[in-house]
Amino acid sequence: MEPLLKVTGLKKHFPIKKGLLQRQTGAVKAVDGIDFEVLPGETLGVVGESGCGKSTMGRLITRLLEPTDGTVEFQGKDISHLGVGGMRPYRRDIQMIFQDPYGSLNPRHTVGTIVSAPFKLQGVEPEGGVRKEVQRLLGLVGLNPEHYNRYPHEFSGGQRQRIGIARALALKPKLVVADEPVSALDVSIQAQVVNLLDDLQQELGLTYVIIAHDLSVIRHVSDRIAVMYLGKIVELADRKSLYENPMHPYTRALMSAVPIPDPRRRGAKSERILLTGDVPSPIAPPAGCRFHTRCWKATEVCKTQEPPLVELRPGQRVACHHPENADSLTIPGARESVEVSITKKPEAAEAPKAAEPAEPVAKDDAPGE
Amino acid sequence: MTDKLTKTGAALGEPVAPSKDAPSDAFLDVRDLKIHFPTDDGLVKSVDGLSFQLEKGKTLGIVGESGSGKSVTSLGIMGLHTVGQYGRQKARISGEIWLNGRELLSADPDEVRRMRGREMAMIFQDPLSAMHPYYTVGHQIVEAYRVHHKVDKKTARRRAVELLDRVGIPEPAKRFENYPHEFSGGMRQRAMIAMALVNNPELLIADEPTTALDVTVQAQILDLMRDLQKEFGSAVVIITHDLGVVAELADDILVMYGGRCVERGPAESVFYEPQHPYTWGLLGSMPRIDREQTERLIPVKGNPPSLINIPSGCAFNPRCPYADVPKGGITRTQRPELALAGDRHFSACHMPQEERTRIWTEEIAPKL
Repeated sequence: MEPLLKVTGLKKHFPIKKGLLQRQTGAVKAVDGIDFEVLPGETLGVVGESGCGKSTMGRLITRLLEPTDGTVEFQGKDISHLGVGGMRPYRRDIQMIFQDPYGSLNPRHTVGTIVSAPFKLQGVEPEGGVRKEVQRLLGLVGLNPEHYNRYPHEFSGGQRQRIGIARALALKPKLVVADEPVSALDVSIQAQVVNLLDDLQQELGLTYVIIAHDLSVIRHVSDRIAVMYLGKIVELADRKSLYENPMHPYTRALMSAVPIPDPRRRGAKSERILLTGDVPSPIAPPAGCRFHTRCWKATEVCKTQEPPLVELRPGQRVACHHPENADSLTIPGARESVEVSITKKPEAAEAPKAAEPAEPVAKDDAPGE
Repeated sequence: MTDKLTKTGAALGEPVAPSKDAPSDAFLDVRDLKIHFPTDDGLVKSVDGLSFQLEKGKTLGIVGESGSGKSVTSLGIMGLHTVGQYGRQKARISGEIWLNGRELLSADPDEVRRMRGREMAMIFQDPLSAMHPYYTVGHQIVEAYRVHHKVDKKTARRRAVELLDRVGIPEPAKRFENYPHEFSGGMRQRAMIAMALVNNPELLIADEPTTALDVTVQAQILDLMRDLQKEFGSAVVIITHDLGVVAELADDILVMYGGRCVERGPAESVFYEPQHPYTWGLLGSMPRIDREQTERLIPVKGNPPSLINIPSGCAFNPRCPYADVPKGGITRTQRPELALAGDRHFSACHMPQEERTRIWTEEIAPKL
């Protein structure tokens, strides 16, 4: 299938300027060379800790930012350096849902004005008139169409997020990029919005890129998931492989860190991988593998050579010199060991296959579900 | 209150006809706490009749959505609502808070101030705004220590460095001199924990201690808190919206909704035999990381109630899918009281317990 969005070698460096002459003294390497594709109709989840560049990536593919290097291709056309005018026709097809339902709506505009803005900007006259279409959209996202003339402050957080979704859907986009769409919402409201996104995808055949830090939400909504660390994708795989059999040590540590809402699992603490320290600064990321400073498997090669993102298993791309073995599992609930032959690649060949005994997670005699 | 509740309650230390001269055996005993704020729009009933007990060495997790009154409760226990700026009364508080045999709400504010920090300490959600940006981290910890201990600066400094080291800050003597902005989020939260623990408090209240942190750092902090509790043996109240966090740390769980407790009990029975439809809603809304879940989430419909206009009857009735199960519209007219629903497990719901157990085991649990 032809990918809807294809990203190659994408980079975004924000210059740091200092002194009287504002000379560039360095750069924040927010996104530093990532490649991925998004197929029509799928949901790509992007996870990572704060500062890993996931939001910058979202702003690059929606072209709210211009990449420093690399290309963004939408339906086969390079949009990486298009200007405002050049981008305009594509804006209909690529829309964004923002995190903060308070900051992303103009408090001085009514809901009707907010949701109809895309029509005005694009010069589109929807069938049956703007007002009718806006009311249809409000109904679609579960709001009362009568609330057309209300202001954002009259709505709760969850309802405002629905307004943002209605606005994003106004022009019938093909790709919707959602940056932390539910993280500002309460748990019970979060579920409402997650279900809404799900329904809309089914109904309208949307393609999503959902950026979030919450691994549970990502597991629920995504078909494929990209894990980012310090401006790089360290693992890109389908949901099942990633959660049941993560291959990058970072993915594994990240997932083991999530508290499981089950008090009976408390005895299973031993399987948690505690990463030491904090994420290094993206101004001067570590040489070689960026994760080597916090990785318990790091060796000399990790400090000098950057591991490329290669397909170690069908549909699972990993950037690691010492990928986790198929036998070691992270989450005790996912016990069935996956028997997939590892496609021999030079990187994979030099990686030790056997689970290392020194691993802090070796003893997972935790009670399973 | 029904006769049944009075009997069962009394046996379990449930507050019954509270009286000021009856100190409780429990280390922390909150009885019928009400915290109301008068505003221009009306009286905001943030906490409206909350009771619970906590023993030393135990952890109570208070869960609820924003606006359920969980943070207001914690500030209330710390005595931080009593007097507003310029001595103005900013909140109307009633009820009783017994800490170690002393009643705090009727106590002299100066006495409470002397206890604050020493006997009870607090960890706030956002360490950047909870710390003073103008003073070094070390200075602030030393200050917290010297308020309660008559020691010279050197001793206090030694104590502060020791604590910084204990909470896992590398090179504590050097970091002592740093300002809060020079610390990362996780480090700041560690420093705040050090500040809270410097006086060996017997009660530690942590209000969303990990909400602002990344998961990997959250795991470190939760681990640290668990270890420290073992070491210091304090009673901990952890307030969070994250059911994962309470499942990790709490011995008992208290679920708040609209300023009241709707369910309270040992962690395991609240997770495995929840007795209140709101708790079911929370569990159903939560995407799970530990299992492949293809079913849709089961959200709670509607929005949390306004605390100015709390629905009559059961506060949850407009959002409750079972509001019409009890006959005669009782859910809309009469407020359900907490009643015993299991071993140390209380729930405030009008539905008969058999009915609730049936709904949970047959309708809800299989879908989670």
